[in-house]
Amino acid sequence: MENAIFKTCLYDSHVQLGAKMEPFASFLMPIQYKGIVVEHQAVRNNVGIFDVSHMGEIRVSGPDAMDYIDYVFSNEIRTKLPGQVTYGFFPNPQGGVVDDLLVYKVSDVEFFLVVNASNIGKDYAWLVDQTEGFDVLVANLSDEYAEVAVQGPNAQKVMQEAFGVDLSNLTFFTFENIELMDYPVLISRTGYTGEDGFEIYADPDAIVALWHHLVHNHQVEPCGLGCRDTLRFEAALPLYGHELCETISPLEAGFSIFVSLDKPKMIGLDVLKQQKEAGVKRKIVGLELTEKAIPRQGYDVYAGDELIGVITTGYLSISANKPLALALIDAKYSKKDTIVSVQIRQKRFAGFVRNKQFYKKNYKPKGESL
Amino acid sequence: MSNVKSGLLYSKSHEWVQVVGDVATIGISDFAQAELGNVVFVDLPEVGASLHKEKEFGAVESVKAASDLISPVSGQVLEVNAGLVGEPELLNQDPYTHWLLKVKLSNIDELSKLLDAKSYEAFIK
Repeated sequence: MENAIFKTCLYDSHVQLGAKMEPFASFLMPIQYKGIVVEHQAVRNNVGIFDVSHMGEIRVSGPDAMDYIDYVFSNEIRTKLPGQVTYGFFPNPQGGVVDDLLVYKVSDVEFFLVVNASNIGKDYAWLVDQTEGFDVLVANLSDEYAEVAVQGPNAQKVMQEAFGVDLSNLTFFTFENIELMDYPVLISRTGYTGEDGFEIYADPDAIVALWHHLVHNHQVEPCGLGCRDTLRFEAALPLYGHELCETISPLEAGFSIFVSLDKPKMIGLDVLKQQKEAGVKRKIVGLELTEKAIPRQGYDVYAGDELIGVITTGYLSISANKPLALALIDAKYSKKDTIVSVQIRQKRFAGFVRNKQFYKKNYKPKGESL
Repeated sequence: MSNVKSGLLYSKSHEWVQVVGDVATIGISDFAQAELGNVVFVDLPEVGASLHKEKEFGAVESVKAASDLISPVSGQVLEVNAGLVGEPELLNQDPYTHWLLKVKLSNIDELSKLLDAKSYEAFIK
């Protein structure tokens, strides 16, 4: 199975729309249709739709479900109401991150977890391993669910027109079970672009019908994973394998607000508490280059002649038209305006440390989010 | 379908070469620009720099990734298309008009190893 490659239920549609398809996390996914720049701007200025059926869905249920989630998940979950979505991490015992995910609280005894496609197998095995002593059932539902994300400032308007529903009361980071075109779906006001929008989970037949209706009858721009990454990057949303991994702690990544240390019991709790008290030695910061060159993942970052870290994601930002990057660097150099340089091929290019919010997020207010 | 312009020579790393006397004009193929997607940055050597066949001499960067330029010939850079630095997207619009470099060839025999348009067309199929 190592080299198995899967297609989502929307594969034929992507090919018909002229998408450039590439393997991503064992799935053949659309990277772009018309082009990354056009698709990026559609989401920033209007509305776009993404096939994100590769994402993993895991259900945790049973009498001890809440205690169990509290133990394996970094964020506070007990005080959340049914219908709330919470972002956070599965910490590992060393304080690193097994994965980042969304937790949908259905009830105190049922949670719906949405995890990264690249980590589905690892997460499921990890979660099953942690069940000892908890009366819970962990079910990998990834093959049963398909998913689309409808994102952009006009997402609500277009969704309401297309499906004759009122979504004005679905506030940020909440979800509901509703019907669209007579199909039962789970819909949340969430996303990964820095814009307002929705993520819709349903069985593949439903997702194919919703996708076709939105793309062909309502001219919603199909958007590939290429612009999904440029959009999330500008909003400083982390990507597992870049800003987060087994050896980067969420505190180093700058996400302490999604880590609750006021718990009696959680995987990695002691290490994370220690890190918080002592302060982290590395930090994810924003960088801006003052010369024209593009910093990319894996490029080395220097202060003078000292190697101080590495680029985790970088682009010539589409919205700002500037070379911008997220970088994991020695915390000593993380102060704003510190002069650094980035090794790009044979040369070093000058830049400085800056706020990593490259783009001001445009969420519908209310609720808690990234 | 990618456009393969006839009368040019091509490398397997998707550069094209047009030779007049001992001067080669070098660019990237239509297939290369289509594979890259939106080109946002071109990194080219300076006039006078030495190129070595099958060695990296610069990069073309799309939104997504940096792609090394591999020299199809050896020689010395005579001229650089400076216009591309300010408008790299021209490579998407017409990669055969918008050349990258003009090079004085140091070993004209190297040209025999390049593909003609027909062979290149077969190669990218």
